[in-house]
Amino acid sequence: MPLSASEPYDLAVIGAGSAGLAGAVAAAELGLSVALLDTAVHTGGQFYRTPAPVMGAVRPEALHHDWSPYADLRRRLARSDVRHLPGHHVWSVTKDVDGEGTGEGAGEGAGPADGPWAVHAVTGADGGGERPVRLRARTVLLATGAYERQLPFPGWTLPGVVGAGGAQAMLKSGLVLPGRRVVVAGSGPLLLAVASSLAAAGARVPAVVEASGYLRYARHPRALVANPHKAAEALVHGAALLWHRVRVRLRSAVTEVHGTDRVEAVTVTRVDRDWRPVRGTGRRIECDALAVGHGLVPQIELATALGCTTRPLPDGTTALALDGLQETSVHGLWAAGETGGVGGAQLARAEGELAGIAAAARVLDRPAHGGRVRELQRRRDRMRAFAGAMAAAHAPGPGWSGWLTDDTDVCRCEEVTAGQVREAIEDLGARDARTVKLLTRAGMGWCQGRMCGPAVACLAARGRAAEPLVERRPFAVPVPLSALAALDDPAMPRPDDQGETPSEPGAAPGGDG
Amino acid sequence: MARTPAELVGAQPGPPFQITFDGRAVTALPGQSVAAALWGAGILAWRTTRGSGRPRGAFCGIGQCYDCLATINGEPNRRACLVPARPGDAITTQEGHGRAALGV
Ligand SMILES: Cc1cc2nc3c(=O)[nH]c(=O)nc-3n(C[C@H](O)[C@H](O)[C@H](O)COP(=O)(O)OP(=O)(O)OC[C@H]3O[C@@H](n4cnc5c(N)ncnc54)[C@H](O)[C@@H]3O)c2cc1C
Ligand code: FES
Repeated sequence: MPLSASEPYDLAVIGAGSAGLAGAVAAAELGLSVALLDTAVHTGGQFYRTPAPVMGAVRPEALHHDWSPYADLRRRLARSDVRHLPGHHVWSVTKDVDGEGTGEGAGEGAGPADGPWAVHAVTGADGGGERPVRLRARTVLLATGAYERQLPFPGWTLPGVVGAGGAQAMLKSGLVLPGRRVVVAGSGPLLLAVASSLAAAGARVPAVVEASGYLRYARHPRALVANPHKAAEALVHGAALLWHRVRVRLRSAVTEVHGTDRVEAVTVTRVDRDWRPVRGTGRRIECDALAVGHGLVPQIELATALGCTTRPLPDGTTALALDGLQETSVHGLWAAGETGGVGGAQLARAEGELAGIAAAARVLDRPAHGGRVRELQRRRDRMRAFAGAMAAAHAPGPGWSGWLTDDTDVCRCEEVTAGQVREAIEDLGARDARTVKLLTRAGMGWCQGRMCGPAVACLAARGRAAEPLVERRPFAVPVPLSALAALDDPAMPRPDDQGETPSEPGAAPGGDG
Repeated sequence: MARTPAELVGAQPGPPFQITFDGRAVTALPGQSVAAALWGAGILAWRTTRGSGRPRGAFCGIGQCYDCLATINGEPNRRACLVPARPGDAITTQEGHGRAALGV
């Protein structure tokens, strides 16, 4: 069977969060055939994460503000011909070289859209490799969102320490809490959202601990004035926190977690403007869980593997560089939402729609302009300015490493300690994360450096600005060997085939070995 | 004011069912992941690390950190935060790389 060669989709959208949904729906409404792939079973991404329908939640919106735009996108998706492919973990996007030269679709595909692309995925709840899938598309929209940035501190590997966004995600989808008294700590606007939902769902939140001060926002008055909805959002969370009597401690950090097999308490210490802990200011707070995060990191490895140009953000993370219509430096590949820089669900929606319109214009060989495009661009630019101000305000100060002890695990997967990382830097002369990784194995485990990468890069920079970390992972998700083997198989199943291949126990976490 | 997450969203899930964790009965709700069901029972750790044998459980909650690896129905290295709980599932603490049973 000559696989899917003759029928590429006009557009493959990877990620069904705010950005991907908006892009898929916009493109389909302009007449494109669209496939929408996501690892998750439900659409909505990180922000509109909801309990499974079988939970019968009659008020899922109680855990979200701004619910109606999502309800609207869902309705439009249901009415459209978009092929929603849930449970599809995309591990690579490649130029489909075979498809360009041969196959019936090649003529059209190699036209204005300069494709077709091949999108490789594995299926199953956790990508256990139940079935490798490849589909072809003329254009691709990358809307894979972000993951949380973590910085290590003594005790952060104890059970009961969870990501702040992770606690939020488990609450929104599983209706569970990690504990009864949950301290929320780290940096960034997400902390307030997390604290108010944990409190609303019945947890006691003894403190929100923020390493920066919100005063830094005041350095960007124009971005603030232009984004009244953001101020309103902060007010909503602020009011909720007051209502639940949650205390916000600014310029402070959790510098140690106490407990043997699970969290029993944390030490909260004041930090100076560089996030250096101030001696003698530590206070113990009893709690049974800690939700922690230091902002979000764009998830862009599918694009960097294709050589897309990136740009450094003020908070030390790296995003894709995009043109006015959301196209990456690689022709025919668009990106929207957090992949272009963290900025929230509303910005993601505007960018997704813009990218959907732009991809449709390319496929239909028409110019993308008009009132709607200009309106979306205006909204995007306004919200991007605010995102930039926010990133600058919450950029980790170089002094955070002052709270590490030599035996603090930096790499959770490979259990590499701060002492070992320091040795690689100070004694062996490592100057970047890559060298530290080769010397210590930090970042070589299952998560491929997602949890320790930002911290290792900061440490290797020794107080100077860390070199922007460009995500280069061989695969976006660990791929079962069977899926790699099947790459050579011309009868590779398409998403519509129901055939099952046996799952392979030996998964290959890229880079582990 | 809501006392529990389920009250907050007005959840009316189907009947709860049983799974086991290291042989002990745990109640799960339809639609919960294995990790959510374990958290619901107050269980926060279901893996020990390869190096120092320390306990671990869910950390990122969204399939990115691989700290939540569990052995589910005999199959090691499943991400408990992503795998839905099913009636009768047997979850066992995964030790090290989880391949002890295979002798590799
Ligand atoms: C853990 C977490 C919790 C958050 N909680 C909140 C919150 O409570 N409030 C708030 O205002 N903001 C929150 N955010 C920020 C929020 O994610 C963004 O504001 C918004 O969702 C951005 O939309 P997006 O479409 O760019 O990305 P997302 O909504 O993140 O959507 C990306 C989608 O891509 C999918 N995906 C990623 N990689 C792949 C792949 N390789 N193959 C297939 N699919 C893939 C993901 O499953 C996801 O559904 C959270 C972020 C994270 C990481
Ligand atoms: S909790 Fe991080 S992968 Fe499951």
